[in-house]
Amino acid sequence: MIKTDILIIGAGPTGLFAVFEAGLLKLKCHLIDALPQAGGQCAEIYPKKPIYDIPGFPEVLAGDLVDNLMEQIKPFQPGFTLGERADTIEKLDDGSFVVTTNKGTKHQAPIVAIAGGLGSFEPRKPQLENLAKFEDNGIAYMIKDPEVYRNKKVLIAGGGDSALDWSIFLANVASEVTLVHRRNEFRGALDSVEKVQELKNLGKINLITPAEVVDLMGEATLHTVVVEKTDSKERMAIEVDNFIPLFGLSPKLGPIADWGLDIEKNAIKVDNTLDYQTNIPGIYAIGDVNTYPGKLKLILCGFHEATLMCQSAYQRIFPDRKYVMKYTTVGGVTGFDGSKKEAPKAVVKAIN
Amino acid sequence: MDIKIKITDRDGVLHEVDAPTDMNMNLMEVVRSYELAPEGTIGICGGMAMCASCQCYVKSEHELPEKSDDEDAMLAEAFNVEDNSRLGCQIHITEDLEGLEVELAPEEV
Repeated sequence: MIKTDILIIGAGPTGLFAVFEAGLLKLKCHLIDALPQAGGQCAEIYPKKPIYDIPGFPEVLAGDLVDNLMEQIKPFQPGFTLGERADTIEKLDDGSFVVTTNKGTKHQAPIVAIAGGLGSFEPRKPQLENLAKFEDNGIAYMIKDPEVYRNKKVLIAGGGDSALDWSIFLANVASEVTLVHRRNEFRGALDSVEKVQELKNLGKINLITPAEVVDLMGEATLHTVVVEKTDSKERMAIEVDNFIPLFGLSPKLGPIADWGLDIEKNAIKVDNTLDYQTNIPGIYAIGDVNTYPGKLKLILCGFHEATLMCQSAYQRIFPDRKYVMKYTTVGGVTGFDGSKKEAPKAVVKAIN
Repeated sequence: MDIKIKITDRDGVLHEVDAPTDMNMNLMEVVRSYELAPEGTIGICGGMAMCASCQCYVKSEHELPEKSDDEDAMLAEAFNVEDNSRLGCQIHITEDLEGLEVELAPEEV
């Protein structure tokens, strides 16, 4: 069981900055994120896009903002559970919460701060009949262990980087790799596109474009994928062991929607007059995942919400203590790692 | 100055709305401002052509600006794409679009 003071769900900019504000209050944080890296949308969707409305930064790339936040919170030694989705929450008799991920990792904290952004990123699924039937029986949306595909007949659909990269990788693992894409053009790193061309010429990748998967067949497990050429409408049945649709990720609010929180317009309702607490005391929602009158989904608003949330969390954890806000300019920043940052002291010394 | 746009929502209901040309708006934002699709089901990426939640079918003969590489790439990955598919967030509201008719593509589930 991982124990902490504030359990933050979502490691995007808002969740990361909450670690800093909590650290100033000597509260420890642990973050859970479904993505394999910290940064949320900034790292996953648009790392190379500039942001112009972060106060004090006339222009900053989303990926750089995440790097800076990680640097800023380093002294507070946050823990991370990455690549796992927060699935269930349970309230214990002592008032604390236990959050369990889809992989069974348990986390306990008196405070839960949901900084879930748009939700957890889930694979986009093609709209095909029988799709659900063959999930885990021949269909997978993510490749966890490539060895599963050794000497298998694999069909990959998609036209982005992951479709290209996995086709290349599996060309030397699987007995047969077929890549199906709706267009003739692929969009990915130049290297990958050229490599796929090369493997196609060598007969190691069977490329079918422009085409789409239109039907799935099989008894208990997937046996045949039907592919239709977009131009001629010609259909071909391809025998496969595995079908891997790689159409990117899209965010879904996911299991959090079932935690008993007030939800409105796909977002969690919070008290914006005070501390961004949800209808369940001890559970807060900050950043893009929350809603209140006048809500704006901006990173800078998430930072503010994170700050006020931490103050409220502190009072919940230490109801008898009175906290007086101190400027970092005055108090400096003392990390849990023993580091100390502070303004250089002025000296009082006569000049003779 | 406002222009008139006809938008058919995901339930097939036709709405004729006024869209301002002087507020730096795109079609996705017009749909959201009139709440013609529930929040959280349209404009999810905020207008960066990085999701297809604002996909629509252009029904009138208006000449629209060409697709950017980003929009083209997104539509190549999206579902329910037709020849007249566009991403609403990439269609800037200008006076040339007076009388534009569009239909929202189904929500991806």
